[in-house]
Amino acid sequence: MRRLPQALARADTLDAGIQKTVAHESAYKQVTGRAQYLDDIPEPPDMLHLATVGAAQACALIENIELDAARCAPGVVDIITQADIPGSPDVSPVFHGDLLLAGECVDYVGQPVVAIAATTLEAARRACAQVKVRYRAQQPRLSVQEALNQKDLVLPSQTLRCGDVDTAIANADHQLRGDIYLRGQEHFYLEGQISIAVPNEDGGVRVYSSSQHPAEVQKLVAQVLAVPLHRVQAEVRRMGGAFGGKESQAAALACMAAVFAVRNQRPVKYRMPRRDDMTQTGKRHDFWNQYRVGFDRDGVIRGVEMDLAALCGHSADLSDGVVDRAMFHADNAYFYPAARISGHRCRTNTVSNTAFRGFGGPQGMVAAEAMLDDIARALGADPLDVRKRNLYRGNRNTTPYGQTLDEELLPLIEQLEQTADYRNRRQQIRAFNASSARIKKGIALTPVKFGISFTSKHLNQAGALLHIYADGSIHVSHGGTEMGQGLHTKIAQIVARGFGVDLARVHVAATATDQVPNASPTAASAGTDLNGMAALNAVNTLKQRLLEHAAETYRADIEQIGIRDDQCWIGERAIPFNELIKGAYLARVSLSATGFYRTPGIGYDRAAARGRPFLYFATGAAASEVEVDLYTGEYRVTRVDILHDVGDSLNPAIDLGQVEGGFVQGMGWLTSEELLWNERGQILSNSPANYKIPTAGDVPEVFNVDFFNRSHLAGKADEETVFRSKAVGEPPLMLAISVWCALRDACASLADYRFSPPLGVPATPEQVYFCARAAKNFAEAQS
Amino acid sequence: MKFVLNRELVEENALAADTTLLRYLREYRRLCGTKEGCASGDCGACTVLLGALEDGRVRYRAVNACITPLAAANRRHLVTIESLSNSGRLHPAQREILEHHGSQCGFCTPGIVMSLAGLYQQLLTDNGPQPDRTQVCEAISGNLCRCTGYRPIIDAGLKIVHTSDESHRLDAQAQIDQLASIGHTETPPGYFQPTNRKELQQALAENPDAHLIAGGTDLMLEVTQRCRPLNTIIDLSRVAELHRIDERDGFIHLGAALSYREMESFFADRSPSIRTLLERIGSRQIRNRGTLGGNIANASPIADLPPLLLALDALVTLADAQGNEYHMPLSDFYRGYKKTALGSAQYLAEIRFPARTLSDFHRAYKVSKRREDDISAVMAAIRLRTGAGKYGEVFTEVRIAFGGMAATPARVAAAESALLGRALEDEDALNTALAAIATTLQPIGDVRASAAYRMQIAQNLLRSAWQSLLQERIGKRAAEVRHA
Repeated sequence: MRRLPQALARADTLDAGIQKTVAHESAYKQVTGRAQYLDDIPEPPDMLHLATVGAAQACALIENIELDAARCAPGVVDIITQADIPGSPDVSPVFHGDLLLAGECVDYVGQPVVAIAATTLEAARRACAQVKVRYRAQQPRLSVQEALNQKDLVLPSQTLRCGDVDTAIANADHQLRGDIYLRGQEHFYLEGQISIAVPNEDGGVRVYSSSQHPAEVQKLVAQVLAVPLHRVQAEVRRMGGAFGGKESQAAALACMAAVFAVRNQRPVKYRMPRRDDMTQTGKRHDFWNQYRVGFDRDGVIRGVEMDLAALCGHSADLSDGVVDRAMFHADNAYFYPAARISGHRCRTNTVSNTAFRGFGGPQGMVAAEAMLDDIARALGADPLDVRKRNLYRGNRNTTPYGQTLDEELLPLIEQLEQTADYRNRRQQIRAFNASSARIKKGIALTPVKFGISFTSKHLNQAGALLHIYADGSIHVSHGGTEMGQGLHTKIAQIVARGFGVDLARVHVAATATDQVPNASPTAASAGTDLNGMAALNAVNTLKQRLLEHAAETYRADIEQIGIRDDQCWIGERAIPFNELIKGAYLARVSLSATGFYRTPGIGYDRAAARGRPFLYFATGAAASEVEVDLYTGEYRVTRVDILHDVGDSLNPAIDLGQVEGGFVQGMGWLTSEELLWNERGQILSNSPANYKIPTAGDVPEVFNVDFFNRSHLAGKADEETVFRSKAVGEPPLMLAISVWCALRDACASLADYRFSPPLGVPATPEQVYFCARAAKNFAEAQS
Repeated sequence: MKFVLNRELVEENALAADTTLLRYLREYRRLCGTKEGCASGDCGACTVLLGALEDGRVRYRAVNACITPLAAANRRHLVTIESLSNSGRLHPAQREILEHHGSQCGFCTPGIVMSLAGLYQQLLTDNGPQPDRTQVCEAISGNLCRCTGYRPIIDAGLKIVHTSDESHRLDAQAQIDQLASIGHTETPPGYFQPTNRKELQQALAENPDAHLIAGGTDLMLEVTQRCRPLNTIIDLSRVAELHRIDERDGFIHLGAALSYREMESFFADRSPSIRTLLERIGSRQIRNRGTLGGNIANASPIADLPPLLLALDALVTLADAQGNEYHMPLSDFYRGYKKTALGSAQYLAEIRFPARTLSDFHRAYKVSKRREDDISAVMAAIRLRTGAGKYGEVFTEVRIAFGGMAATPARVAAAESALLGRALEDEDALNTALAAIATTLQPIGDVRASAAYRMQIAQNLLRSAWQSLLQERIGKRAAEVRHA
């Protein structure tokens, strides 16, 4: 048993802020328009605004850049190319190859080549049109298949192995092959990328960034300026959405603003217009997934071989981890007795793809779910039965990378099967489809098992800084950033509960690198798990000091002293918390503490492809029903039932928001959001006019979401997380795979469910139309 | 120009003609509650309300501030998020969003609150009941939220009237008085806002190269997306004659400056098909600003209304600075990809079509990736008149028109003649018509759809209309007409 910092938090303080549906800390400010985003901060009169010239070619050498006309354009103050960057032009998060401005060549259409600072954003944008760049064009590489065939990779491939997969597949009753192409996804955070840099007197800058990773912003800004990290501070109050798109991609804007700020000794704002944002920042990776599976006559899998090939774009960015996570989730919730799962990181002349909620996990998981459907169709079985037979359970609980699972999904799935009335509806749908020529219905129930922890071990650490001021108010800083997910709200609740005080005492400050150093990005769903533990750790340090102080002051045994209900109790006697703090201050007790946390027990040997990358798994399941019009492929999601395990919810309203919002975002990826490029490598889906995220009308009218009550699993050890809560940021996104499977189910009805028609991602009406056609053609060929 | 900004009467005469409302609010007034999410009218983060005084009451419409010219606020009440709460008390739209946990990152929230406040105000003015789900979704159809999944926002919208409170009326007497006090106004230099055709002709004669704007939902993208200044603008949206909508001389007459919103109620009873199509155009905010004339005159091959108007045998009236009028069938108006018969210093004045066409069987279909606020992959409009033939009922008039299938919205004459004179149930005739679509049209593949898909669904939509007609006329169960 590991020692937990929550040991000091007593059960009798449970009601102090936790498991309470309190509103998001910014909600009041948001509904009144007073919540300030970076673009809302009043601008000093000398502020400069930036715009960049994007490459017109996907793959070309730069022969000449003509800047004279732009220099004379109205409002222009400064223009730079790569040569003007004082430090390193490379702003890559982990590896290298992400350049702030292109050097001798360009690697994708839209890549920044020249940056212009002007007195207004319009002036900077208009001046960009005056820059003439001459290219010597080369043949761009645009497809993942081509890159894979040519072994053109941004990083080496990796393989997870367990058992003798070739024999297992060969000896199984049945064998199947399949492949699926999954397109990526644009983050479409409502607040576009933005940074403001203000020069300081030491040759550095203070940077205000809409970033999930201020520590990396600080590091990269210091690198481009060639100054030590202590000359740069990065600060994030809140983001208007991020979803992974501001994990690594925000840094370039901060770096660009910083370079101009220092050169001109003026404050600089770099806000990307939406079209630039959609062209110049990375997205969810496209994946081309191929599989081969052997299974017995009940559909139980014997062996699986998978090749997951990601379209990384021109550089590595975070693709190493993204493809790792795709591989870790290519099993989803299913036991593969023998497996060989390979991940490939393909290089293309497109924008470098990046983190996006799920971080490769969704792409691996869709491969598994598509395969399970294929197995069911091949046998004529109900896909849910085949799924249940293959779930991890009992001693069939070791993943292809050697981590054993404590989590059992069957009870959760069986509960949802009941509450969603899956069996009856399946029958009704069959009957409906038999009598309906034009409209077909489909249903699917799919599970999610998602590993929680950064797969890069060192990122699984967090820090917090806690002050109690003499008036009894509490200030918390931590390394996590607020992007809407309610992290600051939960941290405030954790601190209030840890102390046993009123939530109103606690203020969570803007995230800043000079408050908490070397913080990890707020990502991997781990924001609360990590920072909550760090904050709790700081609480415990301070609380211990306060208890000792109280014991001394009131001459009582420390065991008899407690803080709860916003008061300090010495036996039966209550002292107001303010009084306690005032006394502690006068007694010269330090009222400031740091907290630190590192996730215990994890470790993954990448060379051997074995270990325990995850502290635990978040689980859930969803059942979705759809209705398809075969004439056009148009469809509606008519009902969704979700059962998700959030552990002991820290804040049910926030967790519900994550589940519903994640589901709808996943549904968008799998249905209407289509990223497209032309044969020259230009992105076609470059604005919300031609890239369609879900609207209110797309949300199913029947949308039942429930949290799984784990008392159903009595006797099972709970995870050792902050107040027994579970991560909830990413996992619900993958519940939407049930929508994709339901659409395919509706189409499969045309072939009496004996054929698994190909359906791409996203399943636009066009894709669904041709999927149904394929099923119909199969049925006609059979008869 | 003069207008009421929240609770203050303001005058602005010095700003550039193409200044957007959003820019004005954020940069000149430092009212930063209104956000820029896309600057193209697609996300709704910048939603504000514009109220016009009509018969002593103020009618409020939600609009996208990012693509609305500032001059659209002339003589109007401009309401932003900053003034919505009254003496510290939250407006019902704010309170319900707060209580339903309808904000996460919060960037879209002010826009959503404003859209719901627009719905609230409309229900208050019309003494409407508590809104239903359809009304709420319609009100926020132009508001993208990437965090919540909308469920809490919809729930909040369902509750706004429940908590109705007259003190949250936006058209308080003070604001009505302010609006009423505005007399004659100037508009910014280069921005002309004629109120009748005579003034319009004069403005055109003096500025033959001016940009004509009505709703501006397309033209303003030049400013916000391409950074191209519009130095001289003639605004058609206040010309009273261009807002006429009536039935006379056997024709339905539609003024070119009619917004989609103004058309919605007119067609509600006359043609459910047209009403349904109108609901699929843009978003609530776009329909509040976008106009019939703009939809036709920008000559987009994928515009929503032209195929339907072609099927209804619409005629257009062009007019010039001298008051001359030119009449022509809509089909002659289109001269090629993005080209029309409109000459310099001319404007589209009116669209009319025979009223009798509305009593014919007619259907308009729009197919797109997303139901709300999307651009069509294919538009189909079909009108079928039937009459007695020698051996039964036959087609006596056939109109088949498409958008997205050619360089302009276009009828398919070969398909029409394949059905003309043929019996209703004659499936061979239908198949000939379908084949004619395949041989005469050559759609392109683009970001919205492939050529193959466009071709197949264009044919399927004709079949769908034909089946609906059969079911309607003969009661024959040829197919289901239900849409997914």
